[in-house]
Amino acid sequence: MTDQTLLSGRGLSMTFGSIAALAAVEVDLWPGEVLAVVGESGSGKTTLLNVLSGRLAPDHGVAWYRDPAERLHDVHAMPAPALRTLQRSDWGFVHQDPRQNLRMSVSAGGNVGERLMAQGARNYQQIRATALDWLAQVEIDADRIDDLPRTFSGGMLQRLQIARTLVTHPRLVFMDEPTGGLDVSVQARLLDLIRSLVARLNIAVVLVTHDIAVARLMAHRIAVMQRGRVVETGLTDQVLDDPRHPYTQLLVSSVLSA
Amino acid sequence: MKGYNFAYLDEQTKRMIRRGLLKAVAIPGHQVPFGSREMPLPYGWGTGGIQVTASILGTDDVLKVIDQGADDTTNAVSIRRFFSLTAGVRTTTETVEATVIQTRHRIPEKPLREDQIIVYQVPTPEPLSKLEPSKVETRRMHGLADYGLMHVKLYEDISRFGQISISYDYPVMVNERYLTSPSPIPAFDNPKMDMMPALQLFGAGREKRLYAIPPWTRVKSLDFEDHPFRAINAPHPCGLCGATDSYLDEIVTDDHGGRLFVCSDTDHCSERRAAGHLGTEALRDAAE
Repeated sequence: MTDQTLLSGRGLSMTFGSIAALAAVEVDLWPGEVLAVVGESGSGKTTLLNVLSGRLAPDHGVAWYRDPAERLHDVHAMPAPALRTLQRSDWGFVHQDPRQNLRMSVSAGGNVGERLMAQGARNYQQIRATALDWLAQVEIDADRIDDLPRTFSGGMLQRLQIARTLVTHPRLVFMDEPTGGLDVSVQARLLDLIRSLVARLNIAVVLVTHDIAVARLMAHRIAVMQRGRVVETGLTDQVLDDPRHPYTQLLVSSVLSA
Repeated sequence: MKGYNFAYLDEQTKRMIRRGLLKAVAIPGHQVPFGSREMPLPYGWGTGGIQVTASILGTDDVLKVIDQGADDTTNAVSIRRFFSLTAGVRTTTETVEATVIQTRHRIPEKPLREDQIIVYQVPTPEPLSKLEPSKVETRRMHGLADYGLMHVKLYEDISRFGQISISYDYPVMVNERYLTSPSPIPAFDNPKMDMMPALQLFGAGREKRLYAIPPWTRVKSLDFEDHPFRAINAPHPCGLCGATDSYLDEIVTDDHGGRLFVCSDTDHCSERRAAGHLGTEALRDAAE
C-alpha cells in the first residue's frame, strides 16, 4: 500500500436547512482499500457518499481524487464533462436499489455493455463477449443475457448491477447499502462475490452500511458516523472489538451476536 | 394576397427564426429553441417546416414541396398552394428547378446542389427521446456528448433481431459531435445527407426546435464495426420506370395479393418515364 491516498475529504460540511448532515468530516481512502461508513439512519452516511462521488456539492470542504497519472482533482471543481467521464469509467456507483442504476427495459447484456459503449466500444461481438464474461463472473447464467432485468430476482438484479458497474474496471466504487433488502442467504452469497471481485481487481470501495456484520466481513477500515460527524475511525477489527467512543460502544453492543 | 405579410409570417417572427437558423448552422446538429407560432395547419402537418420555409423564402425563389417523395399528395399540394397564395412565389415539382425544397420524410433522388436549400418537417427533433424521457437529462447528454445509450438501443436490436432494425429516422452523428434525428426519412436516404452540397434546415413546430446541417458536413449513421450501417430498400425495380436505385413505395393494387413497387419520388419517376425508361407494369399497360 502506498502512502498516497486515492480519495480524501477535508473539512466536508453540509447542512439541509437546520440539519447538519456533514460536520467537518475528514476521510481518506487508499488504493485497493475497502472503507466502511457505518452509523444509524440519518447520521449522514449517504450524504457523505454522494458528496465524495461528486453527486452533491458540499457547503464547505474539498474532496480530492488522485487520477492514474497522479494528478489531484478537486471533485467539485472539475468541469462537468471530466466528472462525467470519471463517473462512467474510473468510478462506479452501486445503489441499494438496483432499479435506480439498471435500465429495466434493456436486456442484461445491454445493461452490462452500456458503459463500454459510452467509452467508445463499437464492436458488437466484443461487447457481447465481455458481457457474457461478466455475467459469468457474477454467477448469472449465460442464457439470461437477452432477458430483461424485470424477469430477474432481487439478488440477480443486484449482481447484474455489480457486473454493469465493474465492466470498465473502475479503480473506485461507491456502494450504498449493496445488500439492503435482500434475504440473509442471498446477502451472504452477494457479500462473498463482492469481496472476491474487489480483492481480485484491486478496487477501492467506500461502503455505506448500517449493518455492522457487513462492515466486519468486507472492510479493511471503518468510519463511524453520528449526527454528521465521524466519531471514530480505525482498522475494522480494532474499532469493532475495542470501541472507544461511547456511540461506537453502543452501536457494537446493540448487535445481536448470533 | 391582401391582408397578409409576404409568406404569411410577420417580419419579427421571421427575424427570430432566422437568428435561430444562424445559430443552428453555426453548431451543426445542435437543437436551437424558437418561439413556434400558430400556423393555419395542425401540428404534425409540417408547422415547423412551413415556418422555416416562410422565413427563408424570397420573391425570386422557386418552391418545391414533397410529402413522402410525392408532389401530388394532400400535404404537398396544400403547402405549395399556401405559399403561392401568401408569397406569390413560383412553385415547381421538378427538383432541378427548385431553390427551396420543403420535404416530409424523403430526400429527392436527384442530388441537390449548392444553390438549393432543403427544409425538413420534423415531428420529434430529439433522437434520444424514446430512450430517455427527461429533456433535462437528454440536454445534459448532448452537452457532454454522452451517447452510449443510443448504442445500447442498437445493441438491443442486434441481439433481438440479428440486425439493426431501425428503418426510418435512423440516428446520425453530425460533424462528429451532435447526435441528431434526420427526421423520419427512410434509412435509405441517410447517405445522401453526408457531405450534401445543399444547406439542410430542420424545423419542429410542436417541439419548438430548429437545427441545421451546413453544406459539406460529415453525417454518419450510427453502427457497429461488425454490423455496419446498411441502406434498406425493397429488392425490386420500379414498376413504372424500371429504376433500381431509387426508394420504392409498395402499393396494393387489388385484394388478391397484387402489389406494385413504384418510386416514392414522383418527379424522379416521371422524368425517367419521359426519357423512355419503362418498368414491367408500364410495359404491360402499353401491350394491352
